[in-house]
Amino acid sequence: MQQENNAHGHIVGYGTYAFIWLGLLAFTGITVVAAGINLGAWTVFVALGIASIKGLMVMNVFMHLKFEDKIFKIFAGVAFITLAIFLVLTFADYLFVR
Amino acid sequence: MSGQWETQSVHLHRDDAGSRMGMWLFLFTELILFGGLFIVYAVYRYAHQAEFHLAAQELHSTIGFINTIILLTSSMTMAMSITALQKGNKALSMALVSATLILAGAFLVNKFFEWAGKFANGIYPGSPELMNRPQGEVLYFGLYFVMTGLHALHVVIGMALLAVNLSFIKRNVYTGENTVKLETAGLYWHLVDLIWIFLFPLFYLLH
Repeated sequence: MQQENNAHGHIVGYGTYAFIWLGLLAFTGITVVAAGINLGAWTVFVALGIASIKGLMVMNVFMHLKFEDKIFKIFAGVAFITLAIFLVLTFADYLFVR
Repeated sequence: MSGQWETQSVHLHRDDAGSRMGMWLFLFTELILFGGLFIVYAVYRYAHQAEFHLAAQELHSTIGFINTIILLTSSMTMAMSITALQKGNKALSMALVSATLILAGAFLVNKFFEWAGKFANGIYPGSPELMNRPQGEVLYFGLYFVMTGLHALHVVIGMALLAVNLSFIKRNVYTGENTVKLETAGLYWHLVDLIWIFLFPLFYLLH
């Protein structure tokens, strides 16, 4: 189904927010438990993965990104890709340039 | 529905999507601000893995966990306050913004006791106790104070925005479907939550 173009015309119900809140609490519990398990080098990536899922839930529903025009999503994507490029270049510099 | 909206917007000389986009663009600069610090954290964590593990054990993950629950809940009450206003329920909207403010205050009180505990143990930027420790621990606590401090500053700014909005709702500044100021304040508040979602595991859980 096509989402409504204008986020303003879309009122998100209380139930949806409560549901997302419960999901966020569940993922917080999972990340606490997962941090207690020794996963070696993967521990960081598991924690970041769970945090990213929570972040997407907050952005899409609480921040209404899901209901906004496509341009908002493209801009958000560009912002995160820019940050990822910074991260990769910084590590490349740190690891290979002496 | 959508068409009717646009006519009304033109008539009132208002561009709600533009207002929200403006706030999003500002939030992207915030993302780069905190993102830069996260990159510094990533590089130093990679360089001093053992010392980061050791230092992280000194943080109280329980306080971090409670503050996570508080901020997630405040994000929900914030989002709900917009729904309430859009449905014309002024009293409920004010109650939900107030709840958000109280939760934000509780977050800061916890943060105060957490930092006070660190100071009491002689751990603060440049302290003799900290300076005698290995470099990795100095870097860990330096990043901890800068990043949670900058985040707490954002909580304070967010509270100021919410207080102004509470007065707007009370004084009937928002009429009909004109709720975009509360929506943009909400976007800012959710960013504060979003950053904490990453700070919590990186500082409190990974040890």
